[in-house]
Amino acid sequence: MAKQELTNEGVLEQLKAQFGEAIVDASTPYDLLTVEVSTDKMHEVILWVKESASLKIDFLTNLGGVHYPDDKGREFAVVYHLHSLVNNFRLRLKAFLPLENLEINSIVDIYVGANWMERETYDFFGIIFKNHPNLRRILNEDSMDYFPMRKEYHLEDATREDKDDRYFGR
Amino acid sequence: MSTFKAESIHKQANTLSKETIDGEIATLNLGPTHPATHGIFQNVLQVDGEKILSSEQTVGYIHRAFEKLAERRPYNQIAPITDRLNYCSSPINNIGWHMTVEKLIGAEIPKRVQYMRVIIMELARIADHLVCNSVIGVDTGALTGFTYLFQEREKIYELFEEVCGARLTTNIGRIGGFERDFSPAFHAKLDSFLKTFPKILKEFDDLLTRNRIFIDRTRGAGPISAQRALDYSFVGPNLRAAGVDYDVRVMNPYSSYEDFDFIIPIGTNGDTYDRFTVRQEEIRQSLNIIHQAVNNLPEGNCYHADIPNFYLPRKEEVYNDMEQLIYHFKIVMGEMPLPKGEVYFSVEGGNGELGYYLISDGGRTPYRLQFRRPCFIYYQAYPEMITGQPISDAVLTLSSLNVIAGELDA
Repeated sequence: MAKQELTNEGVLEQLKAQFGEAIVDASTPYDLLTVEVSTDKMHEVILWVKESASLKIDFLTNLGGVHYPDDKGREFAVVYHLHSLVNNFRLRLKAFLPLENLEINSIVDIYVGANWMERETYDFFGIIFKNHPNLRRILNEDSMDYFPMRKEYHLEDATREDKDDRYFGR
Repeated sequence: MSTFKAESIHKQANTLSKETIDGEIATLNLGPTHPATHGIFQNVLQVDGEKILSSEQTVGYIHRAFEKLAERRPYNQIAPITDRLNYCSSPINNIGWHMTVEKLIGAEIPKRVQYMRVIIMELARIADHLVCNSVIGVDTGALTGFTYLFQEREKIYELFEEVCGARLTTNIGRIGGFERDFSPAFHAKLDSFLKTFPKILKEFDDLLTRNRIFIDRTRGAGPISAQRALDYSFVGPNLRAAGVDYDVRVMNPYSSYEDFDFIIPIGTNGDTYDRFTVRQEEIRQSLNIIHQAVNNLPEGNCYHADIPNFYLPRKEEVYNDMEQLIYHFKIVMGEMPLPKGEVYFSVEGGNGELGYYLISDGGRTPYRLQFRRPCFIYYQAYPEMITGQPISDAVLTLSSLNVIAGELDA
């Protein structure tokens, strides 16, 4: 088969050619192409890489959130891991959200399987997925009024003074 | 329940709305605790007689906040958490985690250790599939195979015990390799297992695989198409039963899987029978891989990589050697020199792609660790798969999907 292998550089070039300004940043930690996409374009990018005949990145492996409390204006990240089963190429997409506006478009209309993954991300980080059919808590109790995976919620009592984080970590 | 009947029920449920069906619509709670569900799953079913019209799931009954816990634990203390994900095949989860950390630190693992890992992981896969398939038998009313196979699963657990001292929640191995070499007793037990097991598997096969009653009962129960399975991010045997040959071991080989010769079985209909037969074949393929790994196991007695900053030393050395004592102290106190970075690593678990997304900020604990848990992701397809099916088929579908509560709720 004379099929052209997808390379990190090639895919990044295609993404840049298609979306230009929306591709904010890119890197390849541990050889996995990681692209930061502006929040409002994320839905479009995921749809495009799925339908593009040359990429066919059409399998949603994972979706989750990360909290960076010290990074002002970019406190939350939504991370998508996508996989092209035909080309065996993995792609990681990231969108950063500010604390004041935790909204991003849901991708349930592209991948049904994103439904629970988005609910889980909402449940733990409080990120609102717009146009999600049923955005409720999933693993935690419905009456919970905070988002436990945020860094301000410590696993141990934060007022304790007998344990010094310099010796015992966070 | 014949195929024909299941299909006609399916059609009816699709064409009739709730209002137009004669008779009463009842609400039935399947779970959260019910002997037929093999775990804590709640499904609120709307049923008309035996037909399921719709269902709604509740999950999270045994949610233990593993991802949050992991943010406060040093790397070597996270392995016991992974035990409790898919507890039917803990060694795969453990070794997957160790390999994630090894990828982060860029450790080179000796071939012999990689082969040892393959042996353990394939044994775990066999144990996992044995539970699933024999339980499908139980749910169809064939208890014999279950009692038969559990004896064999016991032997696999004895093998784990020989390596790490534990049976179910194994916490097997360490970052960098194993805690000790395979003992002669392990090799003897493995040999006898490899000799006796194929016969017993054959007997189990004869009991069910070509059994007319079993085929009629499982064909057409809980089907899913390949496209739909992909949309739902199905992985592992459940995706392969629908006809997609995606296997992490082949697609992104880890731990020297590229050295082994094996085939990926696939099904066509994505129903309970196909899931059963795919798992049966995978057990045989796993046996095949174990044979190859045992025969080609490199000579020597090396059982861990040479990474003293990360590999927990043996107790004798800690007590008798100052350097090892220092390493031991540093590792236990969480002073490993970890690089910053983010890693996604996945292994083929009992239920498919088990992924670890790890972000390290160089601190003693992960900044963020997310488990890609196959059960959690594919269990959401369950209502779609059982709509229009009789209740008894819903139970079968649940057990053939091999939904493990620990992995579902993390």
